[in-house]
Amino acid sequence: MLSKMKELEKIATEIRQTVLQNIASAGGGHTGGSLSSVDILVALYFHSMKIDPEHPEWKERDRFILSKGHSVESYHAVLSRRGFFSREILETYGRYNSILAGHPTRKVPGIELNSGALGHGLSVGVGLALAAKRSGAAYTTYVLTGDGEHGEGSLMEAAAAAGHYRLDNLVSIIDRNGLQISGHTEDVMAIENLEAKYRACGWSVKECNGNQMKEVVDILDTAPFEKERPSLIIAHTTKGKGVSFIENRANWHHRVPSEEELKQAMKELKQ
Amino acid sequence: MKDNIPCRKAITDSLLSEGKLNRDLFVVTSDARGSVTLDEFAKELPEQFVEVGIAEQNAVGIGAGLALGGKNVFVCGPASFYSARCLEQVKVDVAYSGTNVKIIGVSGGISYGALGATHHSLHDIAVMRTFPGLNVYLPSDRFQAAWLTMYLCHHEQSAYVRVGRNAIPDIYSETESFEPGKAKILKRGKDVAIVATGETVHHALEASKLLEKENISPMVIDMFSIKPFDDEAIIHAAQETGRMITVEEHSIFGGLGGAVAEITSQHCPIRLKILGIPDENAVHGNSLEVFAHYRLDAHGIYQQTMEFLKQQGKITQ
Repeated sequence: MLSKMKELEKIATEIRQTVLQNIASAGGGHTGGSLSSVDILVALYFHSMKIDPEHPEWKERDRFILSKGHSVESYHAVLSRRGFFSREILETYGRYNSILAGHPTRKVPGIELNSGALGHGLSVGVGLALAAKRSGAAYTTYVLTGDGEHGEGSLMEAAAAAGHYRLDNLVSIIDRNGLQISGHTEDVMAIENLEAKYRACGWSVKECNGNQMKEVVDILDTAPFEKERPSLIIAHTTKGKGVSFIENRANWHHRVPSEEELKQAMKELKQ
Repeated sequence: MKDNIPCRKAITDSLLSEGKLNRDLFVVTSDARGSVTLDEFAKELPEQFVEVGIAEQNAVGIGAGLALGGKNVFVCGPASFYSARCLEQVKVDVAYSGTNVKIIGVSGGISYGALGATHHSLHDIAVMRTFPGLNVYLPSDRFQAAWLTMYLCHHEQSAYVRVGRNAIPDIYSETESFEPGKAKILKRGKDVAIVATGETVHHALEASKLLEKENISPMVIDMFSIKPFDDEAIIHAAQETGRMITVEEHSIFGGLGGAVAEITSQHCPIRLKILGIPDENAVHGNSLEVFAHYRLDAHGIYQQTMEFLKQQGKITQ
């Protein structure tokens, strides 16, 4: 198991390098939130999810919705690395007429929903999970939301419906990096107590360090946490994780690394 | 007329009969089963019925998710809320994502006349028709509403359908043909073309009878499909008559009149008059009272057509 974990961690480091290279070469992107979510995405796509990159439309596949669509750079990098599309396509990011936009679209193999307007993904996840429940399909639906995204009240509409319909085939993860574009989430507009909010809607809630691969993998392995309840993972992460001068800085929400900064970041990620 | 059912009931009757044959047909609503007339569907097909409570954004998002899970989804509720409260979900989760979701907006336009502008949808055509990938339909009677629903039950697409609340007189009969995406020419004429959509089609037809008494030969077109829009039918009508009047239960901005103007001004410029609700919050009253107030009923359309023709020198008295 240790070697599997090392392998996943190695992939996560490489994904971080790719994310930074792509954002630098495209001249734009959401750096902080992409880096915070890398370990969660790697755990999902290289460990938990039942998928077949050769057949992205396979009916029994597990479904994933990136509700915090602005973290698309890590999403694209993970999908490409997992074999949904080539490295050459990944490198077209930010170029004229690339299939890869600055937010997820269904043009990209493996992506289920066009997202990027915040507060939408959990409702869509509820619909997917409900469709599975009503037709006896065995797939699990995973949704990744942002913490700042919880300013959108529609997420609570979705949380209520998931609890109401007892969707234990739905797993939602909050990338709780504590920052949004204007500063700390609790300073901009307090969203806590997230655990109590979801519990009140009928969810089973667990927390983990979302940048510790073993913790993420272990917690995903225990989902669904309870029968007839949707599962929520509050994944405590560091915005900009992996690069000292990007970590925990709100101004890196969508800042682009300079050539010098990129060099420095790659050096840190190799260590 | 007295036995007529409202268009919304024609739609839900069709959904119920098709739903019994197709277990992947799903209906989603937001505490609106009564106003949509979905009680029977909910009772008979509970596994295909999804109630989300008063949460239109959630209804559309869940609808999109169900569609991505292989369902043919009809999200139903008042047009006023589905064309405003959850507009972003319609734009992103339905139109942009290309999901197989049909939004059924009932009691549209000024159906809820007395309830005030919160419950009016006089902007819906304007916004919905600008979303790439979203078709927009306003059936003009119960037969067309049923045919359209059957068509949508068998075709994957993203769509917005708007119908009114009350029973309205028939335009068609059971034997009429239905061609999706095509305008329906209800009457051929050479002096003026009256183009209407939804409930105003009936009033346009009645107005045409009054015009005929004045020896005017009006053409009447039912533009039930706002998108796809039958450009060709409009161009032909413009060429044949040289002047056109549009009638809609909608703001005079950006609706049917706007769509007709876009086509005629670029392809065959003609004299055009756009009849609808002016740029104000509509007066309160029942549908017929509001229609009469804005001269969108038969007599009002007749009068406005006469004035238009006089301005044109087409008639002198």
